[in-house]
Amino acid sequence: MQNSFYREIINDHNLYPTHKHELGCAGCEHRGINPNCGDDITLKLQMEDGVIKDGAYLGDGCAISQASADIMLDLIIGKRKEEAIRLTDIFLRMIKGEATEDEIEELEEAGALTDVSHMPARVKCAVLAWHTLEQLLHDNAK
Amino acid sequence: MDIKEIRRDFPLFQNYPNVAYLDNAATTQRPERVLLAEKRFYEEANANPLRGLYELSQKATDIYEDAREVVRAFIGARSTEEIVFTRNSTESLNLLAYSYGSLLQEGDEIAISVLEHHSNLIPWQQLAKKKRLKLQWIEIDENGRITEDAFRRALSEKTKLVSMTLISNVLGTRNDVKKFARIAHEVGAVFVCDGAQGVPHVPVDVNDLGVDFLAFSGHKMLGPMGIGVLYGRKELLDRMPPFLYGGEMIEYVGKEEATWAELPHKFEAGTVNGAGAAGLAAAIQYYENIGFEKIVKREEELGELTFRTLSEIPHVTILGAKDAASHHGIFSFMVEGVHPHDIAEILSADDVCVRAGHHCAQVLMKELKVNSTARVSIAFYNTEEEIIRLGESIRSLRRRMGYAE
Ligand SMILES: Cc1ncc(COP(=O)(O)O)c(C=O)c1O
Repeated sequence: MQNSFYREIINDHNLYPTHKHELGCAGCEHRGINPNCGDDITLKLQMEDGVIKDGAYLGDGCAISQASADIMLDLIIGKRKEEAIRLTDIFLRMIKGEATEDEIEELEEAGALTDVSHMPARVKCAVLAWHTLEQLLHDNAK
Repeated sequence: MDIKEIRRDFPLFQNYPNVAYLDNAATTQRPERVLLAEKRFYEEANANPLRGLYELSQKATDIYEDAREVVRAFIGARSTEEIVFTRNSTESLNLLAYSYGSLLQEGDEIAISVLEHHSNLIPWQQLAKKKRLKLQWIEIDENGRITEDAFRRALSEKTKLVSMTLISNVLGTRNDVKKFARIAHEVGAVFVCDGAQGVPHVPVDVNDLGVDFLAFSGHKMLGPMGIGVLYGRKELLDRMPPFLYGGEMIEYVGKEEATWAELPHKFEAGTVNGAGAAGLAAAIQYYENIGFEKIVKREEELGELTFRTLSEIPHVTILGAKDAASHHGIFSFMVEGVHPHDIAEILSADDVCVRAGHHCAQVLMKELKVNSTARVSIAFYNTEEEIIRLGESIRSLRRRMGYAE
């Protein structure tokens, strides 16, 4: 994360998050933890007719884990569930270094995390929110 | 001590002249003579030690056994029978938990401290579970120290074994192992000392300390990875069953029955790490050529500087003792508002290597009420300039994370 433009995006979302707050939503939250480093987020979504109406998270951890959650919510709020799943898939492939330029473009600011693909030690931090989202949407489908 | 000259002995520093390596508690670097000792073993004496009767095998055996003698002398053991080569501290401690553990009975108690590295914690925790022993915890005070009171509180007449680290890999505090071993003996318990962080940085004499067992790793003291030591008092090792079975550790084998080789071979099943032992001996000789007291003194001076440097930076908190001397070159610290992983990553961009995480001490992390810390750990070959660079990097951290100051 030495590219300072990307660093700024991460810092900004880490220090001044838009979506880090309480949100009332019965039965649509999921907690994700990286036991090894203690990154911990609880993600909440308000769903309506298959659309993510609103979302928020709480938690603590390194800048990458927290910023990633905030950036993710920026991207998926207002989108349909299927679209969120598709974007999550792109994000996870980007972190593995397997997404195309065009796909990364679709991720908007989340593309700032592409450098993480060169930092194996930080992969878990970057993907925590996205895996938590996957789980939440999966449970929500049942 | 001419540090420039010393650093020339370490090929890695030649290859990375700009890297400030400050993660010595994880593993040290190795001087060339250690690498050469390993190479020489394979080039000039390679055969299976302790097996062949031909000259090469004899040579391999001699190098291996000479290394055992070097280790014996280094820690002041009475006999080479008391020196078992293992892979590392972790294996040494597992050997004990398995073998000495088999002599313990339901209801017996073992005591360990909350400071312990997972290597000196999980083996005992799992042993206690399996054999229905009671695991007692020795608590620390607010400075990370174990007081005599706290120690005594964890002991009872049922305590059969106490295991404790000499120096904490997180806080750097040194436990008064000499006193605690004496108290443990008073209640009839054996005392195991995890020397992984202690042996490389403070003089250790097993008889002076009065410990019954001592575990340490070659790779944390300039030696190769894959060679470690378990020291054990002969009377105890004699009573203990083997840990691993196989070649080399037997005396006689029949279809139904086998008898065990003499010490220390009883505990060294399978082909041994001859080159690793040669490398470890070379590492000890390297320490001795410089003079261990000089190394300790140098590390004290660098520790002093590191403590002062960190203490002067706003928003930085050092965990544990409030004086440099109690840290033995290990400093866990926090920077307000910056997660330890971010600290390590940004420092890495400045070519400063520090560790971040729970340091394999999750029980201690809970005790300290943190998830993780950043950790600097020094060795004698570090330079004042590296510590100054560390300070400058840490000073710039908050700004680089987007804070105004
Ligand atoms: C106090 C302590 N004990 C045990 C160990 C385990 O050492 P090794 O990984 O070499 O077995 C370490 C190393 O991290 C340590 O610091």
